[in-house]
Amino acid sequence: MSENVEVKTLTIDGHEVSARRGQTILEVARENNISIPTLCHLDGLTDVGACRLCLVEIAGVSKLLPSCVTTVYEGMEVHTDSERLQKHRRTILELLFTERNHICSVCVANGHCELQSLAQSQGLTHVRLPYRNPDLSVDASHERFTLDHNRCILCTRCVRVCAEIEGAHVWDVMGRGINSLIISDLHENWGASSCTRCGKCVQVCPTGALFDKSKVGSEHPKYPDFLPYLNLMRESQ
Amino acid sequence: MSQTIVIDPVTRLEGHGKITIQLNNQGEVEDAHFHVTQVRGFEKFAQGRPFYEMPSLMARICGICPVSHLIASAKACEAIMSVDIPYTAAQLRRMLNLAQMVQSHALSFFYLASPDLLLGMESDPATRHIFGVVGAKPELGRAGIALRRFGQHIIELLGSKRIHPGWVVPGGVTEPLSADKRDETLGMIPEAYANVHLALSEYKKIADNFKTEIDVFANFPTYFMGLINEDESIAFTDGALRLIDAKGNIVDDGITASRFTQVIGEAVESYSYTKFAYYKPLGYPEGCYRVGPLARLNIAKSMGTPLADKELAEFRQLADGPLQGSFHYHHARLIEILYGIERIEQILSDPLILDKHVRATAGVNRLEGAGQAEAPRGTLMHNYKVDSDGKITWANLVIATGQNNKAMDLGVLQAAKHYIKDGRFSEGILNRIEAVVRTFDPCLSCSTHAFGQMPLDISLLSCDGQIIDRVIR
Ligand code: FES
Repeated sequence: MSENVEVKTLTIDGHEVSARRGQTILEVARENNISIPTLCHLDGLTDVGACRLCLVEIAGVSKLLPSCVTTVYEGMEVHTDSERLQKHRRTILELLFTERNHICSVCVANGHCELQSLAQSQGLTHVRLPYRNPDLSVDASHERFTLDHNRCILCTRCVRVCAEIEGAHVWDVMGRGINSLIISDLHENWGASSCTRCGKCVQVCPTGALFDKSKVGSEHPKYPDFLPYLNLMRESQ
Repeated sequence: MSQTIVIDPVTRLEGHGKITIQLNNQGEVEDAHFHVTQVRGFEKFAQGRPFYEMPSLMARICGICPVSHLIASAKACEAIMSVDIPYTAAQLRRMLNLAQMVQSHALSFFYLASPDLLLGMESDPATRHIFGVVGAKPELGRAGIALRRFGQHIIELLGSKRIHPGWVVPGGVTEPLSADKRDETLGMIPEAYANVHLALSEYKKIADNFKTEIDVFANFPTYFMGLINEDESIAFTDGALRLIDAKGNIVDDGITASRFTQVIGEAVESYSYTKFAYYKPLGYPEGCYRVGPLARLNIAKSMGTPLADKELAEFRQLADGPLQGSFHYHHARLIEILYGIERIEQILSDPLILDKHVRATAGVNRLEGAGQAEAPRGTLMHNYKVDSDGKITWANLVIATGQNNKAMDLGVLQAAKHYIKDGRFSEGILNRIEAVVRTFDPCLSCSTHAFGQMPLDISLLSCDGQIIDRVIR
């Protein structure tokens, strides 16, 4: 550690921990084996704080703050697992399930889906809100991959990996609020877009929204862990 | 005063159905129908989905015969892809389909039908179920449970899941078979043989007690349809369909999946959610036919396996020409179980069964495809149309139960006319009328997969049986 790196000390769930200046609460928590659920965060991509699943309580701050984009300060007192937070997290998940058409039993990602496993780990047993059942399309125009808007949770991992890592920036978000939609290029069919066919977006997609056509039959594990390695290799060059 | 008897729900079936029997002033049966009362909607919600999702989506139609849907659907997809699947994949699928046939037939025979057969049609309804059978005939009860487990376990070994395996995909299967799994399956075979032989000999001992049932349980001339191989032996996964008349003459032959819709039509009746299939050149209802175990055994020249062929020869002795009584479905089911075990053993002994090449890949090469297979209860056909990206624009499924629908309906009427005299009936008589439907082992969940403008007929009956209100849509 170089001389000018400032060390901060703080507590997370009562544990005294130390951190470097500029680190996020999430980073520090994970370094200390304290788990905070996340969905839009992915190691190797810039954080956008979109899903709000990583919310934490900070003593003296009335608002709940997303730990993936909140940096630490000296003397900070963080709580990651209060009843209030658990309730909020479950509500966020419920809203995600009602927003589009998530039907696990016939989804390619069944058993390999981050949304599904979060629902399990957060103890979501019921969805109390009415489902919206929107009529959304499937883009199957790409030779190798498929985009199913029905299963998209707008985490924008695909957008970020394509822009930041692949450098192609094929994906982006169109529309506002509940009408937002992931699009390729200027709302072209994926198959007709400037896609480089690298497949990174498919690997980082947490649900079955982006999938490999050859991986049907609910057998589609994803391997997003290639990202930190890729970054490491690039930095070392 | 005329009266309507309603049996609702009809029990020991897969799904929900009801029977209504209309009596006239003299207390004689005027009319009777079997109604399927549930609505599904698979053909609708397949629309817009990529075709390669179809097998696992369509398999959800049914928890009893998901494998037949997987196979018919995958074959329809392969027609769209224009591919032939690898040899080993085809063998593995055959085995999976047979394993499902064995477990489904075991369910039908032992769990649903044997309470009537072994304990008697008039026996106490409180104990007329599989546990009653286990109590009265422990050996046989155990054999039934073991045979069902045998089939289920093979499905689980191959597809890593017992009910909705995602293993069958367009182009083949996702995983090859391992030597361990092959050996485990082979190890289960001797016990399976012993169990089915026990069931066959027990059945033959009691069959004579059911002379009347054999005569009046949907016993009339109809056409029969089923898959056969090129050598005219019975087929479940390959081959083409043959249609014979009640005398055994071939009416149509070599009906491939792509020709199916040209020759088979579906009629709608106001009293059921299940459509009525018929052979188009003969029209409706004349062209109605039966499918399933009885039809297959009436059509095939041989089973193609030594033990089942012996049983088939004995079965053929029961009548001169095709057997018409639907009660014989039970017997046919047991012979098919025996055949299934023999074929599974043969397939597992194939030196190429462990081959690793089990999947062909391709994109959309045709905009329409159809696939057919024999489900335990009869012929099943899936037909899809896709756009150039492979998204389903239209889907149609013709299910075994729809093809047996007319025969079940007429069978209910035949039995009701025989048993109900002077407006008098007992629980045992109503059970017999339900048992007519059970011989066909219909799957009502499968048969009502479709959704759309289906007719709806609701009758409101007063407590003395009079129709006081009726809504027809
Ligand atoms: S992970 Fe922090 S907001 Fe999504």
